Amino acid sequence: MIQLEQVERVFQVGEEKVYALRQVDLTVQKGEYVSIMGPSGSGKSTLLNILGLLDRPDHGVYRLEGMDTTELSERRQAHVRRHKIGFIFQFFHLVPRLSAAENVELPLALAGIEHRRRKGRVAEALERLGLADRARHRPDQLSGGQRQRVAIARATIMKPAIILADEPTGNLDRVSGQDVIATIEELNRDGMTVVIVTHDPELGQRTNRQVRMLDGRIEDDCRGPS
Amino acid sequence: MLIRDASKYALQGLVGQPMRSSLTALGIAVGIAAVVLLTSLGEGVHRYVLGEFTQFGTNLIGIAPGKTSTTGFSGAVISNVRPMTIEDALALRRLPRVVAAVPVVQGNAAVKYRQRSRRTYIFGVGAAAPEVWQMRVAQGRFLPDDDPRAARAFVVLGSKVRTELFGRDNPLGQRVRIGSEHYRVLGVMETKGQMLGFDLDDAVFIPAGRALALFNRESLMEIDLLHAEGSLSSEVARRARQLLIDRHGDEDFTIVTQDQMLEVLGSILNILTMAVGALGGISLLVGGVGILTIMTIAVNERKAEIGLLRALGAGRRQILSLFIGEAIVLASLGGLAGLMVGAGGAWLLEKIVPALPTHTSWRYVLLAEGLACLIGLLAGVLPAHHAARLDPIEALRAE
Ligand SMILES: Nc1ncnc2c1ncn2[C@@H]1O[C@H](COP(=O)(O)OP(=O)(O)OP(=O)(O)O)[C@@H](O)[C@H]1O
Ligand SMILES: [Mg+2]
Repeated sequence: MIQLEQVERVFQVGEEKVYALRQVDLTVQKGEYVSIMGPSGSGKSTLLNILGLLDRPDHGVYRLEGMDTTELSERRQAHVRRHKIGFIFQFFHLVPRLSAAENVELPLALAGIEHRRRKGRVAEALERLGLADRARHRPDQLSGGQRQRVAIARATIMKPAIILADEPTGNLDRVSGQDVIATIEELNRDGMTVVIVTHDPELGQRTNRQVRMLDGRIEDDCRGPS
Repeated sequence: MLIRDASKYALQGLVGQPMRSSLTALGIAVGIAAVVLLTSLGEGVHRYVLGEFTQFGTNLIGIAPGKTSTTGFSGAVISNVRPMTIEDALALRRLPRVVAAVPVVQGNAAVKYRQRSRRTYIFGVGAAAPEVWQMRVAQGRFLPDDDPRAARAFVVLGSKVRTELFGRDNPLGQRVRIGSEHYRVLGVMETKGQMLGFDLDDAVFIPAGRALALFNRESLMEIDLLHAEGSLSSEVARRARQLLIDRHGDEDFTIVTQDQMLEVLGSILNILTMAVGALGGISLLVGGVGILTIMTIAVNERKAEIGLLRALGAGRRQILSLFIGEAIVLASLGGLAGLMVGAGGAWLLEKIVPALPTHTSWRYVLLAEGLACLIGLLAGVLPAHHAARLDPIEALRAE
């Protein structure tokens, strides 16, 4: 499913070169549940952004379902993001003036899907996340956990193959966090590949594969819940 | 993305900032209102002036002595200008397609009846004047078709002269004095009103030959031809020119067809309307700068949202069109408000000041709204381009 070979990402900061990723090799199979951990600045977000085609490696190859993504045009990359990848962010990134339902509907609208085929899908997604009675609320009328669940509904509405979550619980209290993790694990059980960046060791222990990063390198990659 | 969704998204973006959006739209609204109001006034004046000029009929050709060349020298400079005579008018009358020819001499003189006297315009004309100038006789009849070289001393009064001299008395058959001669009143004209500030009712009509003698002139001031409906004015003018050249031996006269005159007048008035419209357009420019400013601010404020849209699968082109769309929606809504204010203002103006003719032309209304959309497009391009160029990761980090 996901195949990184010798991927490098270098940022030029003034005269200096900052290596965010160095010679990263990573293969993730379909349906895996992977956590990425490591100290701040170790390159976790950079890796996730490259996996999500928001960023391009400076060196190396990224193959997604066998297709070399580094060759893709900006348009094709957007198309792949739209149909294959769902993002979940630490800060939710809901559009503040849109209702929960409208936020969830956004990917469908961007993809140009007809109106009559949307409403049902949106309602179903909200229902599944226990937000049916919050559909018309705006983000500022929702709790943090509810906001993140709306974001999860939005990330999954296109039925993507991969879910990329960057510290999804980083901004939530324990209970809401556990709630959100339970939701994400359910998506994984339904067959979605999940890659999750987290600082929370307890959460990291729950995944069946843990990747440890340090200074732009993959330090450790171990399988199976301990 | 469907157009409907894009416009809904743009609208929601604008509604999210109601105060700011309406103030920005106001800038465009003022500009469009100014354009519509000013062009309405321009069109009104245009129609008014053309109406004034065509109230004498539309198949007219005027011939005046002297050659007005394109260099602007008047006939007086040319030494051998022959007088234009009543015989010329009679000859022109016999041309094919010419329905009537009116010799014209005009001057100022006192008209006296008993002790009353009034200085007024004296028109020396022929019997065909009412037909050519589309005037009607209210009472009695117009001058008879006498031999113009020995016309009897008859006069037809304009409606104002009639009331001034005769009050409630019946003027028909009465004798008035013009200069040293007595004239018998044959009729009274219908009220015609003013034409460009020139009171046509404050005038009397006498035979052209007598007017020449009265004002001690050799030459007519003008000959007006009425040509048949449906015949080409330029063709009739060409024949008239040939005839007069044969008679005079030289082209010492100027022919202006009404078609030409209306054309020149129309283009001058069009330029006038355009000019006042352009003046209103300047305020549109200011409104456009307002949109540019607000859209730049909006893009900066909504960086995180732009990053999100990119993450959700929006390409650069989609971001570009979303923000341009928002600018266009903003401008066109402002434009629509401006249209209503402008057209309403023009209508109100005409109701309050009836002397000020206004006419809201669809052509200019559509043009103005199109202009508003164009301004939105132009003002939106730069900020939208900026939005599309944003790095999605940087944009997502902004909060
Ligand atoms: N746009 C950029 N310009 C310059 N340096 C960058 C840029 N983005 C990331 N970096 C650098 O790359 C390195 C990795 O950054 P990254 O955001 O991937 O870390 P992270 O593991 O996600 O950290 P955190 O846990 O704090 O989120 C850091 O040293 C960072 O300073
Ligand atoms: Mg990070």
